Amino acid sequence: MSATTTETGTSFVPAAETLGAVLAPGARPPRPGALSASLTFGWRAMLKVKHVPEQLFDVTAFPIMMTLMFTYLFGGALAGSPTEYLQFLLPGIMVTSVVMITMYTGVEVNKDIEKGVFDRFRTLPIWRPSTMVGYLLGDMFRYTMAATVILVVGLVLGFRPQGGVVGVVAAIALLVAFSFAFSWVWTMFGLLLRSEKSVMGISMLVLFPLTFLSNVYVDPETMPGWLQAFVGVNPISHLVTAARSLMSGAADTGEITWVLVSGAVCVAVFGALTMRLYNRR
Amino acid sequence: MRDRTTDLAIETSGLVKIFGKNRAVDGLDLRVPAGTVYGVLGPNGAGKTTAVKMLATLLRPDGGEARVFGHDVLREPDAVRARVSLTGQYASVDEEMTGAENLVLLGRLLGHRKAAAKDRAARLLEAFGLTDAAGRQVKTYSGGMRRRLDIAASILDTPDLLFLDEPTTGLDPRSRNQVWDIVRIVVAHGTTVLLTTQYLDEADRLAGRIAVVDHGRVIAEGTPGELKSSVGAGMVHVRLRDPAQRPAAERVLAAELGTDVHLDADPVALTARVAARDADAGAERASRALGALAAAGIVVDDFSLGQPSLDEVFLALTGAPAGETGRTPAGVPAGNRAGEPGSALADRPAARSGRAGHEARQTHGAKETYEIEETTV
Repeated sequence: MSATTTETGTSFVPAAETLGAVLAPGARPPRPGALSASLTFGWRAMLKVKHVPEQLFDVTAFPIMMTLMFTYLFGGALAGSPTEYLQFLLPGIMVTSVVMITMYTGVEVNKDIEKGVFDRFRTLPIWRPSTMVGYLLGDMFRYTMAATVILVVGLVLGFRPQGGVVGVVAAIALLVAFSFAFSWVWTMFGLLLRSEKSVMGISMLVLFPLTFLSNVYVDPETMPGWLQAFVGVNPISHLVTAARSLMSGAADTGEITWVLVSGAVCVAVFGALTMRLYNRR
Repeated sequence: MRDRTTDLAIETSGLVKIFGKNRAVDGLDLRVPAGTVYGVLGPNGAGKTTAVKMLATLLRPDGGEARVFGHDVLREPDAVRARVSLTGQYASVDEEMTGAENLVLLGRLLGHRKAAAKDRAARLLEAFGLTDAAGRQVKTYSGGMRRRLDIAASILDTPDLLFLDEPTTGLDPRSRNQVWDIVRIVVAHGTTVLLTTQYLDEADRLAGRIAVVDHGRVIAEGTPGELKSSVGAGMVHVRLRDPAQRPAAERVLAAELGTDVHLDADPVALTARVAARDADAGAERASRALGALAAAGIVVDDFSLGQPSLDEVFLALTGAPAGETGRTPAGVPAGNRAGEPGSALADRPAARSGRAGHEARQTHGAKETYEIEETTV
């Protein structure tokens, strides 16, 4: 297909018969349910991945870079060797990378919402949150992909999880589920802020302290008391502890419950705020 | 107020939307009969898009009431959404997806099963001459194709009311004609169309009634005929060879056309409104004026008769160019409402348009900002 074919159909003349045939009022199907509409928007997100595969760069190159960088940067100093350190770091770096990637949700929402197609979606008599849920369904694919990439890199570098396949899969599932919940923070900012740049800015402002001031890189015991207090309440620390426990084969139910509850709270609070903003726009 | 809710597709009273300090829609009253094309004519920033968005349940009104087929847009948004469809000013389709994917997506969202959605998409693409482009991303489409896909998406399940927000802005003449043809066919099948436009020409061709909107309120309402008769058949633009002959030319034109003649900034140019009941009578009158100029020995280098532009409509209606009227222009009876068609059109103070002529010319100079098209006959 060449660039010159862009203007096909200029000779098109609307014909009353053919157009009339499609206009003939048929029986309208019942409106789709919440799940069906959400899945349809999820399908849309996947089509976007298909048409713009470059966007998967974020979920492949970035996690690989993070894993390699921190393993070799801190490994020797903190744990004697990169391989030793990797056993401690990998679940944490996986959490960090995936949680960092969640911010693209806000950016995408912000970019998309300005486009006319959103006006069309919002004039459809469908379950209102389904557009946003659809986004997040697509993003869950991206999160899973990023987590898998990190796992593979880790395994190549010598990560040997004691929890086996079940533990690792459970840890990734927990991480993806939490990220889905956490992403509602970004859908909110995506709708609230004016530009992509400000969404990025806010995301960085939240994500850097949240991921670094945690137990991802080092044991919090060496930190000053006030910092330990923050690390202790940081949801990322809880998520990391839970993921580590699952991967090591000794599931910490208390931490897992904490993560699930905080996820539910995220959806309840930021999901509600998102929908409020969505309806107001 | 008469209660004719049943045969009105849209009924608004005192509709208001405020953005910060800007009263984008400021007491809009519309009564749109079902089964017709209703034109909303106004310049950029008149509040047309904002009004459409409120009627399509995309924006919450800050005041007043709006009902679509009797359903209140605030209290029963889903009942409204089930009956309307919107083609926005900026293409309401997904650029990154293909034409077919766009329509299948919508079909699915409207509740069609996958096979039915695909079938419907294929038939619509066929009817809109887009079958060859079905598998291409919309961003590779031309403006006309995009707009057709957009309208196809809007009639996926034939809506009772279709909002077309400036459907031909930025389109080439051929694509514009295609859109016009489509609109006519859609209306013939019983769908009511609310069409916003900046072009008098477009509203004239398609709409059964027109509301002229400025500063978020209706300043005139009526049939295209009523509207145009208040404006006249158009404007003549004359360029002379010798600037010294301009005073003489002004006298001749004033006598022949029976209206005030405006002296342009260009020392050889003159402009005058042609007072006539239709375009044919206007053309005849204008050619008589041209003959009279020649008979008086005045050398004319260039002569054109243009349809009244939106600027000229506004000039005639409000005594000020589009977008420059005050909040309650002195030339418009304050009580003018959509429900009293033509009342504002009839008693136009003729002197006012003449006095405001200087402002009008300034607007012509800055025409780009309004993107107003002038059709030369």
